[in-house]
Amino acid sequence: MFHRFANPNRFLRLTRPLVPWAAGLTIVLIGAGLYLGLFASPADYQQGETVRIMYVHVPSAWMAMFCYSGMAIAAAIGMIWKHPLADLTAKASAPVGAAFCFLALFTGSLWGKPMWGTYWVWDARLTSMLVLFFLYLGYMALINAFDDPERGIRAASILVLVGAINVPIIKFSVDWWNTLHQPASVVKMGGPSIDPSMLWPLLLMALGFTTYYIWVILVRIHTEILDSKIRAIRMRQVQG
Amino acid sequence: MAGLLLILKRDLSLAMRQGVDSMMVVMFFVLACVLFPFGVGPEPNILARIAAGVIWVAALLASMLSMERLFQTDYEDGSLELLTLSSLPLELVVMAKVAAHWLTTGLPLIIATPLLAILMNLDPQGFWILILALALGTPTLSLVGAVGAALILGSRRGGVLLSLLILPLYIPVLIFGVSAVDAAVGGYPVQAQLLVLGGIFLGALPLCPWAGGAALRQALE
Repeated sequence: MFHRFANPNRFLRLTRPLVPWAAGLTIVLIGAGLYLGLFASPADYQQGETVRIMYVHVPSAWMAMFCYSGMAIAAAIGMIWKHPLADLTAKASAPVGAAFCFLALFTGSLWGKPMWGTYWVWDARLTSMLVLFFLYLGYMALINAFDDPERGIRAASILVLVGAINVPIIKFSVDWWNTLHQPASVVKMGGPSIDPSMLWPLLLMALGFTTYYIWVILVRIHTEILDSKIRAIRMRQVQG
Repeated sequence: MAGLLLILKRDLSLAMRQGVDSMMVVMFFVLACVLFPFGVGPEPNILARIAAGVIWVAALLASMLSMERLFQTDYEDGSLELLTLSSLPLELVVMAKVAAHWLTTGLPLIIATPLLAILMNLDPQGFWILILALALGTPTLSLVGAVGAALILGSRRGGVLLSLLILPLYIPVLIFGVSAVDAAVGGYPVQAQLLVLGGIFLGALPLCPWAGGAALRQALE
């Protein structure tokens, strides 16, 4: 079933129509999420207006982990079945995931200043998230470090799989260690401990970030495919 | 098993004949630590407070610096390809290389540590724990580093890239290694930290040669 989509042309034909849909959904969802989050939802009884940082911080942290898990799965598929599009998916996801990771760290630090009194603490959640950011940077450095792009992809796939050990550490860091960062409050046993008026904008933003991710990686994969086509044409012209 | 010992013996005798190389790593380790009393001032209290962290970070950097050449020379002169063609699985080749790396850099670092602990004014209570933590932690550093060293084969600017790849993965070892010594100095039990360090080592022992073998295979394809 994977192999049906291994043909780049079929993939292009099937996914081109998805791009405008993903783009439209992203605008609608993030627009609605931002409106609900910034204007229509109440301020927190303890944190005041700063709680609104959550509507960007939490979805970007989720997406940073989601992107990395997706890259690890894609890299495994690419290594096991030599699936060219899985490799391209992993490659296309890396900058997006790194951007989400940076956004989570940056907004978290802005949120930490008024709430914890400091921009940064070296506790388990923050440190493991920082390691995730470095893993993204290492992946992007490694994939571009070879003259042969194939080599870069194969080496970087192994690095992603080695670094995947960090994802469960991030997830459970707030349960295993005592940290300033609060434990999970949305996805947990016994339902979310967050009021629906705040949960709705949060979920809308998370969905909007996901469609944004789909939109951007589709465009990036399409570009990669066209890029390799252009390279092939040029090589043929040179060889005459 | 015989093949593993053979590679180990070869690497060790190569290191013996170029003895300066592994001595340079120890000298780097000592010099990097000696810089700190100049940087933060020679007050004994401050030095005692940061001693464990400084020694650990310097050991980590020294281990990483020597890592770049782990497969590089064999890759360039073609002996790595011959090793691939032999009946020995590549995972065992990585294991042998890692063992040789630890014996030529990790072990000398541990031997040099008592001197540094005295220079850095480390509390005597933390002394043996530091040695024990280094003995448990440096093999992990060699194992994790070997994966990075195999991944960068044939790339441009390998050395800088290697540090970007493996330093983030060194962080857990550093955290538990330093906190073991700090706990010992503060008079708390250290068993938990040492057990975690041992656990990380036992986890890395089968996984890293596996990943390193895969990396070597794709480098030589």
